[in-house]
Amino acid sequence: MTVRFKGKSPSRRAFLKGTLASTAGAIAGAGAASAATPDPLITEKQSWAMGLGDGVDATPYGLPIKYESDVIRRNVEWLTADTISSINFTPIHALDGTITPQGCAFERHHSGAIELRKEDYRLMINGMVDQELVFTYEDLERFPRENRTFFLECAANTGMEWAGAQLNGAQFTHGMIHNMEYTGVSLRTLLEEAGLNAAGDLKDKWVYVEGADASSNGRSIPMEKALDDCMIAFKANGEALRKEHGYPARLVVPGWEGNMWVKWIRRIEVMDGPVESREETSKYTDTLANGTSRKWTWVMDAKSVVTSPSPQSPIKHGHGPLVITGLAWSGRGAISRVDVSKDGGKTWETARLANPGQPMALTRFYLDTEWNGEEMFLQARAMDETGYVQPTKHQLREVRGENSIYHNNCVQTWWVKSNGEAENVEVS
Amino acid sequence: MSKYRNLLIGTAIAALAAMPAYAGKLGLGRAALPEEVAAWNHDISPDGTGLPVGSGSVEDGEMIFSDNCAICHGEFAEGVDNWPKLAGGMDTLNHKDPLKTVGSYWPYLSTTYDYVRRSMPFGAAQSMSDDDVYAIVAYILYSNDLVDDDFVLSNENFLDVEMPNADGFIVDDRETSEKAFWAEPCMENCKDEVKITMRAAVLDVTPDEAGGEATEGAAPAAAEEPAKEEPKMEEAKAEEPAAEQTAALDPALVAEGEKVFKKCKACHQIGEGAKNKTGPELNNIIGRTLGGHDGFKYSKTMAEMGEGGLVWNDETLAEFLSKPKDYVKKTKMSFAGLKKDDDIAAVIAYLKSFSQ
Repeated sequence: MTVRFKGKSPSRRAFLKGTLASTAGAIAGAGAASAATPDPLITEKQSWAMGLGDGVDATPYGLPIKYESDVIRRNVEWLTADTISSINFTPIHALDGTITPQGCAFERHHSGAIELRKEDYRLMINGMVDQELVFTYEDLERFPRENRTFFLECAANTGMEWAGAQLNGAQFTHGMIHNMEYTGVSLRTLLEEAGLNAAGDLKDKWVYVEGADASSNGRSIPMEKALDDCMIAFKANGEALRKEHGYPARLVVPGWEGNMWVKWIRRIEVMDGPVESREETSKYTDTLANGTSRKWTWVMDAKSVVTSPSPQSPIKHGHGPLVITGLAWSGRGAISRVDVSKDGGKTWETARLANPGQPMALTRFYLDTEWNGEEMFLQARAMDETGYVQPTKHQLREVRGENSIYHNNCVQTWWVKSNGEAENVEVS
Repeated sequence: MSKYRNLLIGTAIAALAAMPAYAGKLGLGRAALPEEVAAWNHDISPDGTGLPVGSGSVEDGEMIFSDNCAICHGEFAEGVDNWPKLAGGMDTLNHKDPLKTVGSYWPYLSTTYDYVRRSMPFGAAQSMSDDDVYAIVAYILYSNDLVDDDFVLSNENFLDVEMPNADGFIVDDRETSEKAFWAEPCMENCKDEVKITMRAAVLDVTPDEAGGEATEGAAPAAAEEPAKEEPKMEEAKAEEPAAEQTAALDPALVAEGEKVFKKCKACHQIGEGAKNKTGPELNNIIGRTLGGHDGFKYSKTMAEMGEGGLVWNDETLAEFLSKPKDYVKKTKMSFAGLKKDDDIAAVIAYLKSFSQ
């Protein structure tokens, strides 16, 4: 299945119509306003203050209140041939904090989201192990468990932007990402249960992992990573994985491209070389300007994006205090610093991290600032604990050319106009 | 491997602290039986390890490909609509917008066999015999001008096939080629001027927020009760004529239609529990208004034809199935059409058997 990253022919739309209409009036006044007439929401008795709300039996499992019904995953129809082997995007422009609720965390399937019961789940470990084993779901729950929070970013996140500013919204440019707290068993524990003496020197060994769905999405992972921090997860954010994220169990490969996080994982094979499967040769490889291609580009480099203000989250309030916020992450470790520029990269100021960066997990940043209707070219730039600094698109193109699709971690620019509206642009 | 080792050491130490103390085996799980390993262990390595004994010819492959793959990949592996192109693109990798196909890009032939056998055809994975997979791979090679039309691919000559881009890959070298990204960043006077070089609003390819596909299922507010009722009534109306037709169905023709329907299965479900997939589910299709299935997003043309009063029956189905794109301009159905009238009659009979 191919994901297309070049644009389609332009079409008409009225993307910002709604938000702009409500913006215009609000922007006029600035500072602490004084009311001319009393606010009827305060002076008049309201129905919700007089009648009754829902009982505790109304919603055994709750969805967000209807007023938040626009905070949803969205897909881009022209990207793929159909919606079964396709992708959608997390509404990062409307979320805050760092944990992504499962219900709006992006999905990527190659053969659709299957429904696999725990009772029908089997996990096999085979190949160069002392004893080839089969586990049931119940078996998995009897191993010592760990809880760890990681981001999962699709290698194609921001892929549509290689050729230039294309999609107007942080959800679409950067929404192939989510961040969850996983509960599960370390892959090392399971491999040791099968025994690795038969594999001999582990340094040049690999594990091949595949899922139970029709795509099976097989990937090869070097043994060093497999034994370091990979997990078989069965819970996310405290509850069972959603089917679209691999219920009942998926692989977690911290900091590495999302395609390797095999969902509905059914088999782990210890091997003496990589399988060179479709997903690690024809896809997820990076073709350079001279026509040669990089493979095994597993680590997701440091990256950040301002989530608000942004095209889908324009400034709707008046002049004065403004919270600029966004997300930063690195597959090489913890985020150490995020800088924000309002002038397209001429000058930078260091943002406040909501919490110290955690390795290979999303970090929330804020810049508490003042805005008086001036035009801004908003950018964020992440640094990680290895000293890596998120590059500009120019810097990336200098090394990689313009034919790449995956692993685009460039600095993003939002052009915030004087009316508070924002647009995805590329700047010199 | 060493390129990320240093980075891993740091995180490994942190990981150890969080990991539960664990030593030795817990005795969980059970030994995998050889039959079980054989049933699942289908991966094929570049050196041919894992290839089953068998063979298949370009000639056979052409037919099998036409029946099973051409719906999406085109008769000549040239790709239909947005589905992957499997052939062509030679010497385009250093051009703008390179065309990456099995011939122009894939470094190992083992990948093609492995992938076709485990995941294709879309919607009926793992349904082909090993010999059929050899034949399909042979045909894909032929479509890329890599073998002649009398070529027969087998486990014995598999490694003799030369893949044009076999040497086209290097291992991730970012830590050297992009070393400059590890540097203290500029904070002030970093550039003289900032000019807009491209605007997303000008390109205008962003989906409409309100009309996004996601709104359908995810927004509870959108699924109001009255909206659901109407289509249901239409379906109820359709029941009567359909029931009449079912009475006269020829079981042999229905059985024949079931075979033909294999071509449709990649996208359409029918029978108990059928759901909308790439295409709408087809239970009670007879008598259904064109574009009239609740919850499926049709092409504009299909929806308009339905609004104009067209209903699926023998005539409309036969016309659509012979040349879908002629009957419904810009239909989302990428299928090229059934060539034989007998097949069309059979598949309509099969559809009728689920329209009761």
